[in-house]
Amino acid sequence: MTTATLERPITPVLEPTPEPKTDKPETKSAGLLLINYSGELEKTWASMLLASTAGAMGMKCKVFITFWGFQTMVKDSKRITGQNWMQKMLSVMQRPGISHRKLSKMNFLGMGPWMINHLAKEYKDATPKELLEIALSMGVEFIPCQMTMDLFGIKPDDLIEGMGEPVGAATVLGLIQDGWTPLFI
Amino acid sequence: MTTTLPTGQQVDARGLSCPMPIVKTATLFRTIPSGTVVEVLATDPGSVKDFEAWTRSTGNELIESTKQESVFRFLIRKV
Repeated sequence: MTTATLERPITPVLEPTPEPKTDKPETKSAGLLLINYSGELEKTWASMLLASTAGAMGMKCKVFITFWGFQTMVKDSKRITGQNWMQKMLSVMQRPGISHRKLSKMNFLGMGPWMINHLAKEYKDATPKELLEIALSMGVEFIPCQMTMDLFGIKPDDLIEGMGEPVGAATVLGLIQDGWTPLFI
Repeated sequence: MTTTLPTGQQVDARGLSCPMPIVKTATLFRTIPSGTVVEVLATDPGSVKDFEAWTRSTGNELIESTKQESVFRFLIRKV
């Protein structure tokens, strides 16, 4: 058996690559655009934490409230929303209010969220509701999705105070074109 | 070693976790005149990097970042 001979010398793989010359100016984000799509506890928490911190950082921040994330911005005291029986049923299946979010996994009929909330209290973590209030006080803008609002039959006065005018997808895409950094949560 | 500076205000964020030390500090900074030196106390280990990022982003000056036992102390001057 012959050993294969190398026809070409091995070139070192790790050749020092020259530092790329960057003459493009440092690009800064116009602001943070959170697309709050999910209504689950952990994702709502992430959205609210980023929104309140962005406010504290002096960053511009807008939160687009849409689809499953819509009931999050309905007042905690609202039990049923909607005009017809289907919309009402939907609000029974997905309870309105930021304090009534369920976990996407390990919900166990509310045991999971109960434990998470209990731990959060013990470790002095701010709850999504507290973070939402902070974000609002820091000037973070919340913009509800008009289409979701109509679909679920939610009235403007069902919403938490401080929400902006409902808008559509074009507004969101326009912000991205203007240099806003979108996060879909 | 910690320098003693005539601090105008203090934020006690001991025991609070992310992002509350930053949020509490930012809330106070909205009400104070520029030039004020604020002392922030925190126990969240993440706050060391967070205050560096926050001051870089807001332009406020992080004069000092020290640790004594389990308490982090930051001196920040408002621009």
